Amino acid sequence: MVQLCYFSSLREALGTGDGQVELPGEINDLAGLTSWRQSRNDTWRQALADTRLHVAINHQIVNTNVPVNNGDEITWFPPVTGG
Amino acid sequence: MIRVQTADFDPGLELEQLRIQTDGQSGAVVSFTGLVRDLNDGHEIRQMTLEHYPGMTEKALRAIEQKAQARWSLAGTIIIHRVGPLQPNDRIVFVAAASTHRKDAFRACEFMIDTLKTDAPFWKKEATSAGTRWLSATEPDQPGQAD
Repeated sequence: MVQLCYFSSLREALGTGDGQVELPGEINDLAGLTSWRQSRNDTWRQALADTRLHVAINHQIVNTNVPVNNGDEITWFPPVTGG
Repeated sequence: MIRVQTADFDPGLELEQLRIQTDGQSGAVVSFTGLVRDLNDGHEIRQMTLEHYPGMTEKALRAIEQKAQARWSLAGTIIIHRVGPLQPNDRIVFVAAASTHRKDAFRACEFMIDTLKTDAPFWKKEATSAGTRWLSATEPDQPGQAD
């Protein structure tokens, strides 16, 4: 199982979250995971194609295609606007 | 010290606690308080809602403090960020740095608020007379922009 989260405008664009999800056996990296979620429907395909999105795995920003493992928390979000 | 909270904070009280905690080690304290403006892009702001990523936010704020402490000689630091619904003129964020000398305190304070704006997972959603919208990072007063 992995925990998938979406924040801010991205969560609203998707209209729903994911929560705990069982990883299909063939998915073992971030690129594969993203493509799998995008395959849900056109809304997900377009929203997750936004190149401005950041991805964090277990609270660490990742900028490359890295492996994903059971127990990971993977989160997509737009550029931050706090302060 | 970092805190993420829905409640308001008292900058005077925070500064006094920092003064007491640093107990003679600091000759200078510099602080920054961020407020909700009443106008953005010509629209009157009715409410500003701050969302964050619990867990990652606290780690990001601690990392910002640690970077500042590694870079300057600091006796103490504070980062407080509010989340949830806020009104115009409400306090959003508070950053303070105590140091032996003022230059380190000024630089560390500026570094912490600037880095917070680019590294900490907070998002602003504003409700105006024109509707509600998430702020974009390319707008004025957002990461990478002046002030």
